[in-house]
Amino acid sequence: MLSTDTDILSAAESWRRDGRAVALATVIETWGSAPRPVGSHLIVDDAGNFLGSVSGGCVEGAVITEAIEVIEAGAPRVLEFGVADETAWRAGLSCGGRIRVFVERVD
Amino acid sequence: MRADLLTELNAERAARRAAILVTDIADGAQRLVKEAEIAVDPLGPVLGKHLASAKSGLVEVDGRTLFLTVHVPPVRLVVIGAVHISQAMAPMAAGLDLALSVIDPRTAFATPERFPGVELVAEWPDAVLGSRVPALDRYCALAALTHDPKIDDPALKAALAAGCFYVGALGSRKTHAARVARLTEAGFSPEQIGRIRAPIGLPIGAVSPAEIALAVLGEVVAALRRVPRPEAA
Repeated sequence: MLSTDTDILSAAESWRRDGRAVALATVIETWGSAPRPVGSHLIVDDAGNFLGSVSGGCVEGAVITEAIEVIEAGAPRVLEFGVADETAWRAGLSCGGRIRVFVERVD
Repeated sequence: MRADLLTELNAERAARRAAILVTDIADGAQRLVKEAEIAVDPLGPVLGKHLASAKSGLVEVDGRTLFLTVHVPPVRLVVIGAVHISQAMAPMAAGLDLALSVIDPRTAFATPERFPGVELVAEWPDAVLGSRVPALDRYCALAALTHDPKIDDPALKAALAAGCFYVGALGSRKTHAARVARLTEAGFSPEQIGRIRAPIGLPIGAVSPAEIALAVLGEVVAALRRVPRPEAA
């Protein structure tokens, strides 16, 4: 299913109504070449299902992992992703940009 | 985000009203400011600026870092004419997240078989805009594609009056010159009439209906992304 910015927040609401635990990730800052603009959303449920995007697919895996932790812990987090570095364990953006992503639980 | 805030935000979006979610990124504290409340909000000026540009972003206020998620109504595309170009445009518009309505009083053109899954209204534009089809507003794009002034003109007049962010009309330069004369006669100013994109579409040498649809949608996206939105009323 193709998801657009329009229906992601509606989906978050309906997921919650269905009793699923949901986290919302939002791109809050970008530097350089970033694939998704500030304000882009990704929603994740506790089973790892997700809708939307915060990058071109480069860091979604890491965001989903962190989002599941946020669902468990409750406190929001700010994640930062930069240029991919083969020596770094974290996911990176191969486009050379940097992004910051705010992850919060939908209570 | 609190579920009640999310519900409230989605309700504003469904009603095509702008709203800004203010989030303190240090602790996640949030509040929703609706379009009508911005003027009296303590952060009014900065919120107004973000609303006008329709851009989300971080702001520093009293040593706190706040993220403003700016929600403007989903963009609608109203196409006058259930023609071949509109048929090609329908799936492309869906992919671009443009809510499409196709209006054409000619029932031979406006058939569900030709437009599966599309909001199709087989009525005169001036009879349905503001009733069966929601009234045009500044978050709407209008493309008049029938070549028939009886059908296109009332819709173009409504689009200019409503301040649609994009108004395009199909037709040759000669056809458009006649259209300009009619709209001038009807009392529209040269500035208003000058907002009509004609010939319609980006100049990509489009020939087939799908190529023309692509050119028009490219022009709609360019208008949406490049031109600052008008100030909130």
